[in-house]
Amino acid sequence: MATAAAELGGRRGLGRLELSERASSLVLFPVVLAVLWGLWEGYRALWIWTGWTWPFAVDSITMPHVHRILEALFEPSRPNGPLLVDVLFHAALFTAKEAIVGFALGASVGFALGVVLAHSGLLQRGLLPYVVASQTVPILAIAPMVIVWLGSLHVAAWFSVAVIAAYLTFFPVTINTLRGMQAADRRAVELMRSYAASRWTILWKLRVPSSLPYLFSAFRVSATASVVGAIIGELPASIQDGLGGSIINFNQYYSLEPQNLWATNIVAALVGIVFFLAVVAAEKAIVRRAPENVA
Amino acid sequence: MNRPAAVVTLEGVTKRFARGATTALEGIDLEIETGEFVSLIGPSGCGKSTLLRVIGDLVEPTAGTVVVNGKTAHQARLDRDYGIVFQDAVLYDWRSVARNIALPLEMLGWDRQRRAQRVKEMVELVELTGFENHRPWQLSGGMQQRVSIARALSFDPALLLMDEPFGALDEMTRERLNMELLQIWQAAGSTVVFVTHSIAEAVFLSTRVVVMSARPGRIASVVPIDLPQPRTALTREEPRFFELVTQVREALHLGSDLVAR
Repeated sequence: MATAAAELGGRRGLGRLELSERASSLVLFPVVLAVLWGLWEGYRALWIWTGWTWPFAVDSITMPHVHRILEALFEPSRPNGPLLVDVLFHAALFTAKEAIVGFALGASVGFALGVVLAHSGLLQRGLLPYVVASQTVPILAIAPMVIVWLGSLHVAAWFSVAVIAAYLTFFPVTINTLRGMQAADRRAVELMRSYAASRWTILWKLRVPSSLPYLFSAFRVSATASVVGAIIGELPASIQDGLGGSIINFNQYYSLEPQNLWATNIVAALVGIVFFLAVVAAEKAIVRRAPENVA
Repeated sequence: MNRPAAVVTLEGVTKRFARGATTALEGIDLEIETGEFVSLIGPSGCGKSTLLRVIGDLVEPTAGTVVVNGKTAHQARLDRDYGIVFQDAVLYDWRSVARNIALPLEMLGWDRQRRAQRVKEMVELVELTGFENHRPWQLSGGMQQRVSIARALSFDPALLLMDEPFGALDEMTRERLNMELLQIWQAAGSTVVFVTHSIAEAVFLSTRVVVMSARPGRIASVVPIDLPQPRTALTREEPRFFELVTQVREALHLGSDLVAR
């Protein structure tokens, strides 16, 4: 029991370490932000002062001030219109809806496909090359077809976009599910067989739980990919309500109001970051694993 | 006839692995009776772990018959007639100690209340009270192996198969767990088949030691251990203990000489 107490003491020590790590990352975040801001403004000032034109001439069109971008968020997006931040917030919500549905769809299909492939060597050899090949086809080539096909079924346009996002999402999930399924300890499988467990029981009680760390590292990649997929999918779908629509719109007026496009990019990046952090939080809540095993 | 009392009967068991055409086991005949504690000992590669898996129907023999609890090994596995303990505890990180012990009970379809009751008893048996809600990785190696033993015993199997369960532990922990295992064995009245490469451990624990030789895996000799029960810490200091250790060691060397020749 003495050894156990000592080990538990050690764990508590680790907890303190985690706490200080969290505190330092809280400090680190604004510091890094400030440094990035400084680099942007420094680069800008240096290029304007020296008149360097390589790789591109710097002025308030190519690189607006950071504070101009932030100010633009709180100015009307058009005369007498709502604030830009309002417009972008609603666009972000719309795109997030597409991305969430796309992520859920892609993750489910990807997981199911991974499980099926893991259980059949024949299917794995036969299908995996096509699964890989599917990702070499540019999403811009797939998107219009999805819009046309699903559009003829009278599905809401945003759902077609979700399907496009799913197309980007499923691949990492499939690959990591496959790896995770095979990661189960050989002895643990023998143990399950000693209980006369069915394949189905082994799947749910052993293979799925032991593949969770692999699944979640796929989810991290897929979460941001689903946001990119949703934004790109909005373009051929001619959807105006999302961030993709905003990007197209502000791109047309770039030479007049470059800060609007930059502000949109920042919001789009924020959506991606929120998705990523949501996955990390879910992982923390669900995956209970030895600290050294957490992916 | 002592046949009904036999828990394990092996007749002419041979195992060849298809790839490499190595013969892991050849012509193994062995009968293990109820309440026995039988150790399998031999050089590495003698097939002692394979033999344990043949009994547990985790490996299928190429030839020969395996009868466990009066039925085929396959049927015995389907009936959950044995519990198994590996060298590593093989605990599920995502389950607490209590839920690891309850794993086989879930498979058997026990309801929650019955599971909780049994887990409580098992935790007491292996002296882990207070650690029910710990995660496996929060326990020392010895404690993890105790959880694994509790899990194997939780559903009262007639037979306990142990594959070098204490091989990865330090000497002190190993001797303590040896004592605990003997107490559990005597209290439960179960039959144990125990794979080890420690001669002293085999002699101390067993009622019979089966000495195996390697390539192909054969039974070189069987040494009955007539040390009085119950065994205590003092057993290891008795002259008879040393005699038996010597006897097993010589049987081991004889076995490997046979192969060398």
